Order: sequence, then structure tokens, then C-alpha cells
Amino acid sequence: MKQFLVITSNAPYGTSQAREATDLALATALFEQKVSLLFQGDGVFQLLPDQNPAAIEQKNLSAMQQALPLYDVEDLFYCAESLQERGIESRTLALPAKALTRSEIASLIRQQDHVFHV
Amino acid sequence: MKYTLIIQSAPIDHQSSYTALRFARALLEGGHSIERLFFYGAGVHNSTSHSVAPQDELNLPDQWQQFVTEHSLDAVVCIAAAVRRGVINASESGRYGKSGNNLADGFDLSGLGQLVASAVESDRVVTFGAGV
Repeated sequence: MKQFLVITSNAPYGTSQAREATDLALATALFEQKVSLLFQGDGVFQLLPDQNPAAIEQKNLSAMQQALPLYDVEDLFYCAESLQERGIESRTLALPAKALTRSEIASLIRQQDHVFHV
Repeated sequence: MKYTLIIQSAPIDHQSSYTALRFARALLEGGHSIERLFFYGAGVHNSTSHSVAPQDELNLPDQWQQFVTEHSLDAVVCIAAAVRRGVINASESGRYGKSGNNLADGFDLSGLGQLVASAVESDRVVTFGAGV
């Protein structure tokens, strides 16, 4: 068993990357590997609560991401600076993700066998 | 060392899939091995057999196809990403009642598990075209 980190840096809608990162994290867990997921840059927009993508005829990514802890995606992390830069309140996030500073992210990456950056 | 490469951007739109091909060639020249090439997201467009380039321009999907065939590489295209984008082989074409197919020879359509399995076997995983 190896330790994987999936990094997602895109907003939930507008490109397919956020969904593809979520799919990859779930697939990695499904294949019985240790995997965590890091939201950074615009990826922190995925943590906003009350998303309503039906208005743009898209599936709700946030609803799908609620399954991440159930599928043993071990830890969810977000970049605290990215959140702050975008004016998002950490009290109201849609997922139980933990804040990391940029230097903590560097050490998280060093602990991995492999990183998937989608 | 054994490498897995993930190619996530389309040819033409971004340089990164050409960078990935050049990196892949350099790996083999340097005596490394490629466990698997995995085409994900818009990167699936690199596996089409139907790309046409002007004579004085590079045809990147053809270059990938030649590289994969010449070295008998394992080249997997994410099936979910591919069928959504209209990159299909004969069996998917039949399954969905389409009139043609365009997955180049040497590429296989399969799932994300093939990426995870390859990464488990590899010393290094290198991603091209992330977050674009």
C-alpha cells in the first residue's frame, strides 16, 4: 500500500478538473491505497456550502464529495492562505477539511509516495 | 527507474502533451522504463486517429501513436473521460450505436484503476497539464 495525495486547484464548475480530481481520489481509495485530498488555489471554491449548479445544468460536485470520507479518503486538507485570499469563511465549509499553511503543505507533499495533481 | 506519466491536456490547445512526449522519449533514452502512459481529462484527445495537421506542423496524436507502437508501451486512455469527449474504439462505438470509431491503434480504453495500479508499481509519477 502506498500513500497518495490528490491536489485539486480548480473551481468546482467552469472546467472538468475538479470533478476529475474527485473521481481520482475516490478511485485511489477504492483500490485500497492510502489517499488524501488537498484543495488549493481556486480549488478552495469547492468547499463553499450551498452550491446550486442546477442553475447551469451541472451535477452538484459538493454532494458527490460528501462521499469522500465514506470511501476512506483519509484526510481532506485545504490551503489556509488560498481560503483567506478568496475571502471564504472557514466556519462554513461544506466538507470536514483541515487547514494547512503553505509550509505544512510542503511537508505533507514530502510524506507522500506519489502526488496526483489534476 | 519506472515511471508513470499522466497526460491531461489536449494537443494544439496546450504545449504540455508535447512536453510529456519529449519527456517520455528522454526517459527511454536515459535507460528508464515507462510502466504506463495514462491519458486523462482532455488528454484523451492525444489518442485520436483522426487528427490532421498542416504539412509544416507537427501532428501530435500521430507522434504519440508512433512512439507507443515503436516501443510497445502500455498506453491507457481513461474510458469515462474518452467516451464523454467522443474518443471511442470499435466496441464502445457499437455499444452506444455510433457510426465510427477514432481511438488510434496501440491505445486501450480502461478505468482509473489502471492509473492507480501503475502508480503502485512505479518509482515516479509525473503529471503533465495539471490545473490548466
